Amino acid sequence: MEQDKPKIQRRDFLRSCFKKLPVLVSAAYIISPDELLASASDDYNPDEHNYAMGISIHKCIGCGRCADACKTENKVPRDEHFFRTWIERYIIPPDGEAEVDSPNGGIDGFPKADEKKEILRTYFVPKLCNHCENPPCVQVCPVGATYTSRDGVVLVDSSYCVGCRYCIQACPYGARYLHPETHTADKCTFCYHRIVKGMRPACVEVCPTQARVFGEIGKRNSPLHRFIRFNDTIVLKQWLNTKPKVYYSGADGEVR
Amino acid sequence: MKKVPQQIIPLAIIFIVAIAALVTARHFFVPETFGDYGHYRAASVDEIASQEVVYAGSIICNDCHDDIYETKMNFDHRGVSCEVCHGPAMAHTEEPDEYTPRIPRIRNQCTICHGYNSARPSGFPQVVEEVHNPGRPCLECHNPHKPLLPRAPQACDACHREIALQKAVSHHTSLECKTCHDAPPDHMSNPRFARAQKPTSRALCGKCHDTEADVSRGIPRIKLATHNENYLCWDCHYPHHPEAR
Ligand code: SF4
Ligand code: SF4
Repeated sequence: MEQDKPKIQRRDFLRSCFKKLPVLVSAAYIISPDELLASASDDYNPDEHNYAMGISIHKCIGCGRCADACKTENKVPRDEHFFRTWIERYIIPPDGEAEVDSPNGGIDGFPKADEKKEILRTYFVPKLCNHCENPPCVQVCPVGATYTSRDGVVLVDSSYCVGCRYCIQACPYGARYLHPETHTADKCTFCYHRIVKGMRPACVEVCPTQARVFGEIGKRNSPLHRFIRFNDTIVLKQWLNTKPKVYYSGADGEVR
Repeated sequence: MKKVPQQIIPLAIIFIVAIAALVTARHFFVPETFGDYGHYRAASVDEIASQEVVYAGSIICNDCHDDIYETKMNFDHRGVSCEVCHGPAMAHTEEPDEYTPRIPRIRNQCTICHGYNSARPSGFPQVVEEVHNPGRPCLECHNPHKPLLPRAPQACDACHREIALQKAVSHHTSLECKTCHDAPPDHMSNPRFARAQKPTSRALCGKCHDTEADVSRGIPRIKLATHNENYLCWDCHYPHHPEAR
């Protein structure tokens, strides 16, 4: 414990205070306290947020409204292969491997499961970019077009992306695709344009069963905090140490 | 002063030129705001944040449609955002007359969620589409803002079981018997003497089925004044099961 203490000496501290004194004093003259408060409340401060999502597998009915709304909100091509979020159906037989299918991302519903086969368990798992805290996609981007914003959202600068596909290869969750028109990498942004305005991402907005929860890490009044407190949650492929920020409740060992 | 070795001068020039070239290249190739917050173009955050919003969020619907909102909040669809069924409505909130969200009166809209699928949570209400009143739009029997299970009125079932059963699968299922039949108060205790009345005029059916009638749009209409005016409606249509001609 002792060694963990910050290594700042009293003398250093006083010295640095003394250095900053003129700045503070002059700032106090220029900006009145009222102004300071006003600008703090009007302005969105990205450093105060760290967004994340919770998904309750027990509640998801596989209606695909989320995947559909996502495409509408974010103008994702309607084609079969391009998704920012999609639904997978897991069918687990009494013995053997889980079968996973996701026809058109679940937007048009799922065909009947093969009635002849025995089924032990079956459920839906919505997937999207996990906005990893330790994102391999950001690490591999050679030009700095994909990055983690200050509010903890992994974004792609499409005007700077060169379309080399390294990030698509690097993402262990298959969360990225190459946009067929812009030829740049694209993926879920947590509906960044909505959340900075205090709205919920489109998929969360339209989820009829509240299987999706949007919120912030480390804020007690955030719905996500409550979700994590009252559910046993897991993240996908935890052993890869990407530190994903999409938390699943009700997932068993088969989900990955 | 010591003399500078002769090879240093050309080397220095090369270095200076190389560094100048690098700085100029950087100036042209590295975009503005790159590196303001990290290894990325800070301006792209604002570009992404300024994308157009399409889904308005259901809270805002409450501003104008508070009656529907109120109803919905008291029933099982309270958590279902308006835009799930009515589609994205941001444009509608900005120009309500210009853009109207869809009103889906089709069966498929409801079966997206309520059609049977084994992977759905078992407590979730589901119907097997093929056998649950095939072909009929769900709205005929269920009100989506107030989703209760429809139930045929049961007051007369005990004695008139056969009629009740037939009526239960007809379009008239939700009508109480007394909508058409007047029964005196002691009909139940003394049915043979206090007899219930059968309707006597076409006007009774006209209340709902005349072109002029002020009732819901889904009900079939007929111009009563010219439609086989010499006959009673039940000469041709059996009211307990109107589809059976
Ligand atoms: S899920 Fe994939 S795309 Fe999203 S942050 Fe992690 S590695 Fe990157
Ligand atoms: S909208 Fe909700 S319930 Fe429907 S598929 Fe998406 S997460 Fe599941």
